Amino acid sequence: MLSSGIGVLFQGNNFLRLLQGLMVSLRIALLSMLLSAVFGLFLGIAMNSKKGWVRAVCRTYLETVRVMPQLVLLFLVYFGAAKHLGMNFSGELSAVIVFTFWGAAEMGDLVRSAFLSIPAHQYEAGCALGMTKMQVFFYIMIPQAVRRLLPPTINLLTRMIKTTSLVVLIGVVEVVKVGKQIIDASRFTEPSAAFWVYGAIFLLYFAVCYPFSRAAALLERKLRDGN
Amino acid sequence: MKEKQILQIEHLEKSYDGHPSVLRDINFSMEKGEVVVVLGPSGCGKSTFLRCINLLEPVSGGRIYLNGQDILSGQKESSRIRQEIGMVFQNYELFPHMTILENVMLAPLLVQKRDRKQTVEEAGELLARVGLSEKQTSYPRQLSGGQKQRAAIVRALMMRPKVLLLDEITAALDPEMVREVLQVVLELARDGMTMLIVTHEMEFARAVADRVIFMDKGAIVEEQKPEDFFSCPKTDRAKRFLNMFHYEALG
Repeated sequence: MLSSGIGVLFQGNNFLRLLQGLMVSLRIALLSMLLSAVFGLFLGIAMNSKKGWVRAVCRTYLETVRVMPQLVLLFLVYFGAAKHLGMNFSGELSAVIVFTFWGAAEMGDLVRSAFLSIPAHQYEAGCALGMTKMQVFFYIMIPQAVRRLLPPTINLLTRMIKTTSLVVLIGVVEVVKVGKQIIDASRFTEPSAAFWVYGAIFLLYFAVCYPFSRAAALLERKLRDGN
Repeated sequence: MKEKQILQIEHLEKSYDGHPSVLRDINFSMEKGEVVVVLGPSGCGKSTFLRCINLLEPVSGGRIYLNGQDILSGQKESSRIRQEIGMVFQNYELFPHMTILENVMLAPLLVQKRDRKQTVEEAGELLARVGLSEKQTSYPRQLSGGQKQRAAIVRALMMRPKVLLLDEITAALDPEMVREVLQVVLELARDGMTMLIVTHEMEFARAVADRVIFMDKGAIVEEQKPEDFFSCPKTDRAKRFLNMFHYEALG
């Protein structure tokens, strides 16, 4: 009987534990996103460099990250670093390293195209007014690039939140892992617990990601009408 | 060099690697308050010529003097030189993330460190003169093409330039908006603004110019008073160019 299983969510402090698990997921995602944004900004600027070799290095980095599954990266950092480099990162730290490594590449590509989408004439118009390169960059290029960047950055953030579910596999106790524990603990008393627990996790992810993607969609529409 | 000459260009050359010259041995000078219109078929180098004067294009040879000072010698000075040479572009190039008032005030405050209160007043007066008083707090996207171009002219004027370069400023406008922009330019000419204008509006060129320069294949081929140029051009190339604007010849 499915209906009986729902009680599992409210036994003891099960629901609170799920929320705490969710907080771990969010902590990893938000911290990684923040670092990705900072590194990605520099990377994106480097990607538009006049020097061919700089662009080639950036391109190689981006393509490498894109073809490698995040899970492989996680195993590499968590197990590989411990075995071969003697460095023992905690699961959470490994996760932040990997998601930042991945996020910075994606963010860099977004920054690159945001700057590229600003017409060269905007730059010239600033110069023609006697502004220095730096002034043009800070007052004209960056404000316009940031506007274009907001929607895709929020999309990247939601992707990152969802991808954090992989960290179960390196032993981090986040929302999915907590759910698994609850299911395992009530396997014999509540056989339908899996349905309710995973259903609740689904709703939790939805509750977190939906506002973000709505915000991204709204921003996108607003900026399309605007710029 | 005569005192009155504000801009003097000697043997200006511009070429890209492996391509025929874009500009060939341009010699040209302008007096203060003079309005010179540059005409010529597309690709003749007239826009490049303007961009060289504003240091937006590196030149391959020659000298450009502004008020007797060689402006090509020190690149570090480009900011100071550009403050004295205003430029208006074909596609307005207002900054989309700023209001019209912010657009016209940005460079005076940031580059020239002028007093904010006075700059606001000056901007208000200039915007009123071109009929944009109501639009101070609007964003560029809320303006018509003609209004944007008038705002762009004000933005250039706010720097109090000695020379104004206008690069096909009506080419992107709907015909009914061309007039409102050219009216502003005519008024500036009457007030004694020194201007170098690239345009395809022949009637306007005839009305505003003190002197017409005709360029072809990167060189100045003819230089005349407008009434002479339009009635009896000296070169065949200029005749052919002017004939393109007479449609009755086709019928």
